[in-house]
Amino acid sequence: MGSPRPRRGRSRWLEALACAGALLLLGAGPRSGYETMTPQLRAMQDDDLSNPGMLAVAEGEALFAREGCAGCHTAEAMRGVAARYPALDRASQAPIDLSGRIAQCREKRQQRPPLPREGPAMLALTAFVAHQSRGLPLQPDPRLAEARRQGEALFRERRGQLNLSCAQCHDDNAGRRLAGSLIPEGHPNGYPLYRLEWQALGSLQRRLRNCLVGVRSEPFPPGAPDYVALEAYLVARARGLLVETPAIRP
Amino acid sequence: MSSPSWPRCATDRRAMLGGLLALSLVRPAGATPEALAAAMREFTGGAAPLPGGVTLDIPPLVENGNAVPVGVEVESPMTEADHVRAIALFNERNPLPNVITARLGPWSGAARLSTRIRLATSQRLIAVAALSDGSYRMAEQQVVVTLAACIEG
Amino acid sequence: MVRTLLRVPATARSGEVIEIRTLIAHPMETGFRPGADGTVQPRDIIRRFTCRFNNREVFAAELHPAVAANPYLTFTLRVEESGILAFTWEGDNGFSQTETRPIAVA
Repeated sequence: MGSPRPRRGRSRWLEALACAGALLLLGAGPRSGYETMTPQLRAMQDDDLSNPGMLAVAEGEALFAREGCAGCHTAEAMRGVAARYPALDRASQAPIDLSGRIAQCREKRQQRPPLPREGPAMLALTAFVAHQSRGLPLQPDPRLAEARRQGEALFRERRGQLNLSCAQCHDDNAGRRLAGSLIPEGHPNGYPLYRLEWQALGSLQRRLRNCLVGVRSEPFPPGAPDYVALEAYLVARARGLLVETPAIRP
Repeated sequence: MSSPSWPRCATDRRAMLGGLLALSLVRPAGATPEALAAAMREFTGGAAPLPGGVTLDIPPLVENGNAVPVGVEVESPMTEADHVRAIALFNERNPLPNVITARLGPWSGAARLSTRIRLATSQRLIAVAALSDGSYRMAEQQVVVTLAACIEG
Repeated sequence: MVRTLLRVPATARSGEVIEIRTLIAHPMETGFRPGADGTVQPRDIIRRFTCRFNNREVFAAELHPAVAANPYLTFTLRVEESGILAFTWEGDNGFSQTETRPIAVA
């Protein structure tokens, strides 16, 4: 597809023209939410000593050693891993996200009790592993075509009492404002990230759940395949953006 | 799929809804002007701080009031004879007027600190410096805090 | 023990003014916020931060609920001799944590 963000087949000439103008000004391709933050927030993300997400990365590094991950994996070998997720899990032939892979490793290979998906330990481990890929471009797994197709369908499906799709905000109205907030393009390249609204590090699934609840839609249960399919589509949609973990977002 | 011109302006119904929701979650009523004045009096011992000599660095418009970077710098040679003893930061409309009070001295080499603060809503922020000669200097800055449309809950 | 991040130069020249930067993992629960069940969460903040150089207090701060979660604080110090910097955060519910960093002054 020629356009950087795939759109519905139906042509909308005026919007296309406006978009073309905007792309000329801003440069083609997906734009990370980083680009639209204030200089103060960008500085908070850029400097590791001021980025509160780095507290979780440091905790994750300690857990990586203490919880036995380092018995098989080196931190160096983790470089590039997060940029390739979600990936195809060979055993189940189903897509799996990075936290899902860490959980699987722990339960199947270490035979240890699971960590809560959004608990501080899992977030810290995921942040540490993802941080090793900081600066590398997202590389969608070519084997996930079916999951991406499902994810795109979810992205475009109107949901909830407000009857809104993801695409209506994050494709059609990205760059505009909703109340005082800029509507971002909605890319997954900084997770787990430190969101000022949460005052904490959180996962992509938490963010997706916020959006679902925001349009008054029933959120999927934590770890549901729908989230992984959405993530598979979002990663393809954000192709080429660099991993920023741990990003800062307002 | 028909494509109505969904939110074309910020006064859209959904935006209003989000805004109202955000407003309803704002913390309890802010500190009163009396409470702010009392907190500043306690720091200065009743002396009236003079403007000037203090730089209060805070963005005039912030995207989220939960972590607003702020820096304070006071012009001073920082010698035994002439230095800054303390720097305090006050706010106008959070539930409590105090933010942070720092003690320093000539050994600090410079009168400069930075931190991140919470601002419940748009308001005035005041930095006061206590100098070694017993006088007080101040700077103030108005900050606009935008309310988020999409909040967790 | 919670995570802290500290940036202190390992070496400095005598008389140099160094910048010290600190970050600590702490929720700074204000005591004004309702929790998921609607009741107000009790206050849980760091109330005091101190920095000692060779056991002499060189910087102290009183923190209030308006300080953001995961408190970040930077300040300066003129160093004349080598020694140990000790950073202490104290707060509600008996919270107390100290971290140290050496600095070599030539």
